[in-house]
Amino acid sequence: MAKVERRHLLTAEQMARFVSDGFLKLDEIVPKEYNDAAYEEQQKYEGGGGRYWFESSVIREIFELPQVKGIIQSLVGENPGYDHSFLHIVRARHLRGQDYHADSIIDTRPLAFDIQAFYFSHDAPREMGPTLVLPGSHLRRISNGSIARYKNILGQQQLVSKAGTIAFMHHGIWHCAQPNFTDRTRYVFKLRLRPGQEQRNLFNTEGYDSPEVLNIIRGAHRKWQGEEARIEQVQRAKLWRYVCGNDSVDASFERVFSRMGI
Amino acid sequence: MSETRQQILILHLANSNLESPAVAWALYDGTKGENELQMQTGDSDEPPYASVLAAMRDGWNVIQLPPLPQYPPGQEHLTGNLLYEYVLERKVAVNG
Repeated sequence: MAKVERRHLLTAEQMARFVSDGFLKLDEIVPKEYNDAAYEEQQKYEGGGGRYWFESSVIREIFELPQVKGIIQSLVGENPGYDHSFLHIVRARHLRGQDYHADSIIDTRPLAFDIQAFYFSHDAPREMGPTLVLPGSHLRRISNGSIARYKNILGQQQLVSKAGTIAFMHHGIWHCAQPNFTDRTRYVFKLRLRPGQEQRNLFNTEGYDSPEVLNIIRGAHRKWQGEEARIEQVQRAKLWRYVCGNDSVDASFERVFSRMGI
Repeated sequence: MSETRQQILILHLANSNLESPAVAWALYDGTKGENELQMQTGDSDEPPYASVLAAMRDGWNVIQLPPLPQYPPGQEHLTGNLLYEYVLERKVAVNG
């Protein structure tokens, strides 16, 4: 994978939002002609969802676009490893929501992460059932479907999207597919990539230690985290050190890293 | 004599005080048939009760209080499931 121009990399502010929320949604980042081609193809596609990446005439071109590659490079480096992919489909009038879960198995890496890109080739309004995510849940250690009895959580957010939108998610984020109340099938293509190198200094780090950017990490409290919000925040501050490649930058709550000599 | 069915309401609170705000909720309704939809993921943005205490005032019985968390050395900053999980039930008449 060739290096992209610096202007295509994530900014420090965007990266801080990814670290805080566990995902970053880039609205309409893919041009219309690609979306039209992908949507038409997806409607006709009769292969297995796990084969779409290999059999599609357009999906790999989309992920080769410099503005898309720049984000991938910012998160998992220049030579990420392909893990798996799937063309997820929710049929028209399918009224059951999927259970809350996190993908794959519990990850034992303390800070490194895979990403999952969710690409919408068509407009996906709320009633069509775009994926539901819980912002800020990505650093919690749960086992895949162990949280399946949860139904609603304060601050949960549907990835309501226009055609050409890609949401880049940390592998650990809690999420689920949603009911489709419309008469049209909903498609989302998911691509999981693992890092090909240490995830340090991969984005445009300019301003990574500015007050504005550090405040994104410091202000990452979510209502659903309740009294655990401070503990959660400390984990984000650790991840921020890792992705910035600076193990002394302190974005922790009340600067506990400095206070405790962490 | 009327038959009853159980409804289970799971409320997750912000902390261990039963009056603290509800942050997550799930309802499993034994009065509904196999083909009827239960509460679905993402189908509501506000909890049915502000707290466990508010649900108790409306007739729900608490059948589980979560133990308080412990923080073993080295794991003080790890998080996982939602901690403050209260299970409530009520019996609802289904005929008679």
